[in-house]
Amino acid sequence: MPLAPNAIDFNAVGQVFATQSGPLTALDAVNLSIAQHEFVAVLGPSGCGKSTLLRLTAGLMLPSEGQVSVFRHPVTRPRDDVGIVFQQPTLLPWANVLDNVTFPARHKRGRVSALDRDRAAEVIAAVGLKGFEARLPAELSGGMQQRVGIARALFLNPDILLMDEPFSALDALTRDAMGYELLKLWQASPKTVMFITHSIPEAVLLADRVIVMSARPGRIIADLQVPLGRPRDELALRAPEVQDFAAHLRELLIAKEPAL
Amino acid sequence: MSADVEPHAKRAGAVPAAPTRKAPGLPLTERLIATPVVLPLLTFAVILVLWEVATRVFAVPSFILPAPSRIIDGFGAVPPARWSAHVWATLRVALLGYLVAIVVSLPIAIGLAKSRLMSRALYPLLVVIQSVPVVAVAPIIIVVLGTDDAPRVVITFMIAFFPLVVSMTTGLMATPPELIELSRSLRAPGYREISQIRLPYAVPYIFSGLKISVTLAVIGAVVAEFVAADVGIGFFIQFSTSMFRLPQAWAGLVVLVAMSLILFQAVSLAQRVFFPWSLPKERR
Repeated sequence: MPLAPNAIDFNAVGQVFATQSGPLTALDAVNLSIAQHEFVAVLGPSGCGKSTLLRLTAGLMLPSEGQVSVFRHPVTRPRDDVGIVFQQPTLLPWANVLDNVTFPARHKRGRVSALDRDRAAEVIAAVGLKGFEARLPAELSGGMQQRVGIARALFLNPDILLMDEPFSALDALTRDAMGYELLKLWQASPKTVMFITHSIPEAVLLADRVIVMSARPGRIIADLQVPLGRPRDELALRAPEVQDFAAHLRELLIAKEPAL
Repeated sequence: MSADVEPHAKRAGAVPAAPTRKAPGLPLTERLIATPVVLPLLTFAVILVLWEVATRVFAVPSFILPAPSRIIDGFGAVPPARWSAHVWATLRVALLGYLVAIVVSLPIAIGLAKSRLMSRALYPLLVVIQSVPVVAVAPIIIVVLGTDDAPRVVITFMIAFFPLVVSMTTGLMATPPELIELSRSLRAPGYREISQIRLPYAVPYIFSGLKISVTLAVIGAVVAEFVAADVGIGFFIQFSTSMFRLPQAWAGLVVLVAMSLILFQAVSLAQRVFFPWSLPKERR
């Protein structure tokens, strides 16, 4: 594979939040490069600054120290080529599936064009919700709601997809199914993905590379290639070297997790 | 994947349920609980009967507690045209004050929700205004604004306004933070964050405020009429009491209760018709 340009670069990034009990260091000296079309999972305990990483990339906050760049441009505000999928689907309860997916157009430009509707039909079909366009979110299962969330993020065809524990609110079976579905989507239309998770199996199943973070202050303690080719399936995941890799990740996480 | 995508196929293929024979087999109490209208009506009817019997048996004078039958007579003491004049006067003031309260509270709530500065500057003041007993201020307002509808609308507004501001502000702040982030990540203009996200999200909260306030608006109108009016249900009740025509005053009270209930139901109906998604699932 030819060397692709970096999509995301963190250069000595630190993030300090002012809280009632004094400053809180969420990120400390984070250096990270993610290549274009690379699928990177960020793995870590709660409160390790995983979400901060995502919000910095999205331009929703600016770093206290260092620099975050997307396609070699310093991030100073939200960009058009970044899509976000949140932990909860956070759909508009009054809008049907189609209107939820086209929401970015309506919200950004004030109108939804015929072209937008075509694009929406495309992404709705891609996430397997064809025929459900007129349903309200309350009429959908949790997994289907999150598919709408993904379709909404894909709608503007971003180069970079930021996913903040998108499947953590789903039951285990749906979660696995959604993982495979996401891989299919990603293979059909490659994007740079930053996937925040605290699930080791999920990280191993999905990612090319796993970044392991420690809790407060958030630091990168390991940056590992997943020893698995693509496409992936149940069988490949059961290979001994993959199991060893998962065990290694677990050790890294436990070693850094403060005693309970 | 298809497992959670095809609830309808499953439903269509399901064996039709055997005709339920539950309802007739249920004991009476269960059946009464199952029908939400019958039980309260029944309770009410029982109370009316007890009331009627008690006033007759103990020969309670009608200025202490008129029997329900006397109250019904009280309706006839005044010609219908006069009744409708009273109802219209009170209704007009209540609705006008209510509308003014809605129109004024919305921008204030948006300001409170959007700007910490405004919230810090305005909120204490709003609480002070709310703490002023409107009944005590009413005579002052009448003196300042005269004796037409204006002072009565202002008094109604003062009573109806605060719950609206509080519920609207709470609703505007109840938006999931992710949607605000989504809005920011799209670099959408700020007014669309209000109109397309925050306001619709606030609808359930706004309606609970609207329901409280519409009944308060009736109270406001009546309070205003107590202070200065020559028409209206509040005036009618006060006038009837001063003439010792208590059954008639009670009839006025019944009209007021009916008015409040109808307005409350109208607001509920508006929510069900225009914003069905804002109701809990079982009430859609």
